[in-house]
Amino acid sequence: MLSQKLPELVCPAGSLPALKAAVDNGADTVYLGYKNDTNARNFAGLNFDDKSMREGIAYAQSRGRHVLMAINTFPQPGREADWRRAVDGAADLGVDAVILADVGLLDYASKRHPQLRLHLSVQGSATSYEAVNFAQREFGVQRAVLPRVLTLAQVEHVIKNTTVPIEVFGFGSLCVMNEGRCWLSSYATGESPNTVGACSPAKYVKWEKSPGEMTTRLNGILIDRFGDDEAAGYPTLCKGRFDVNGETYYALEEPTSLNVLEILPEIARIGVSAIKIEGRQRSPAYVTQVTKTLRAALDALAKDSERYHVKPAWQAELAKVSEGSQATLGAYNRPWR
Amino acid sequence: MRQAFSIPRFQLPAFVSAIGVRLPQWPHAVALTAGLNAVARMKLLPEDSLELLEGRTFFVEVLDTGGKVSFTYRAGFFRPLFSTPDTPDLSFRANLSAFLQLLARQEDPDTLFFNRELSIEGDTELGLVVKNMLDAVEWPQLPKLPLFRH
Repeated sequence: MLSQKLPELVCPAGSLPALKAAVDNGADTVYLGYKNDTNARNFAGLNFDDKSMREGIAYAQSRGRHVLMAINTFPQPGREADWRRAVDGAADLGVDAVILADVGLLDYASKRHPQLRLHLSVQGSATSYEAVNFAQREFGVQRAVLPRVLTLAQVEHVIKNTTVPIEVFGFGSLCVMNEGRCWLSSYATGESPNTVGACSPAKYVKWEKSPGEMTTRLNGILIDRFGDDEAAGYPTLCKGRFDVNGETYYALEEPTSLNVLEILPEIARIGVSAIKIEGRQRSPAYVTQVTKTLRAALDALAKDSERYHVKPAWQAELAKVSEGSQATLGAYNRPWR
Repeated sequence: MRQAFSIPRFQLPAFVSAIGVRLPQWPHAVALTAGLNAVARMKLLPEDSLELLEGRTFFVEVLDTGGKVSFTYRAGFFRPLFSTPDTPDLSFRANLSAFLQLLARQEDPDTLFFNRELSIEGDTELGLVVKNMLDAVEWPQLPKLPLFRH
């Protein structure tokens, strides 16, 4: 048996059917956001209005699950009230916690709603225990989500030096992982997750099909050209193939997905409190597939951590929904720091 | 318990589309727009998303059946277009199995897109509106049918 607690499974919900899919397939917790730029998945037609938010929260909480609201973009000059209103709304709706990135907003939430549980978003970019402890000391943060830049040893180092429970990513599309500090999308379009809540907003994206190939442009910048038999990826600068000194290749990052099934026992052993699945922009089908698989793996781990092994069926299910042709351990097992 | 039924990935033989493209296309268009209107009437499609479709033209092609449908959304109704616009605002192309897997919520559109089984061309933001609108539909009485399990 596992001597420590099993990490909580935190699943994405971009719509009410996705939320229900997460709850029905074994999520301990779901995270969601309003239909506006106060969260980092502000895509057309995605997310919750007041009515679906209420229904979603009731659906999850009546089944003993938790609901987290992401308000994880940075308040824009002159519009700070919109972000404060979002925090007030979350408190009124009775969510179990809000996920915040901006220190000003953390300060507001901690003073205005002292009972509201605060999580430090991955967009807050806290990569050291000093940063995590600062957020705890100043704002009473009760959980921190670590950016996907740390090795497993570094995650363990953070956990050993803080009393703040730590959440890490367990599955989903990878980007350059410089969360909260990445301005590549702004470089191309003037808009980024930090400012408008979307990386490479769709209005700047153009897919063009011609015989034998498809080209992707972001605000006119050629990002990639795919042959008919090549997998496509999200249209972001970090996943483009560029001509560098006469060689064309993925100069920044290859389209890949993170998948931690192989190191799940290690993640539990070092004391990670929660594992997050990326993908509020994905459909209920994705949420069903990924939640079900991670739930099965966590349950197997809880049953007998010594005999835990990754089932091929789990990997096959996750490989199917992965972006890019490969799933990796990301930074967790990277030899360099 | 969840039904084990699932839609396999398949491709119809080439002769099907060879015949299909010679058949009149308007019955598909009428059937599809009637279906969409029924869903809209049941208030299953969010108003704020529907507004974004106003006056836009859509083209759906089922590659392995040869079926092609053009339609638009105007003044609260989806309406068939009897000739394909030169440059529709949004085009979807896929084999029948991929469309069925999407409708049954068995596969994720991003997955099919990454795997190149679903082609989306035109106004990308409009595509996102349509995708997210369909994802957000709460099918009320359909889950009992195996095809619409979720």
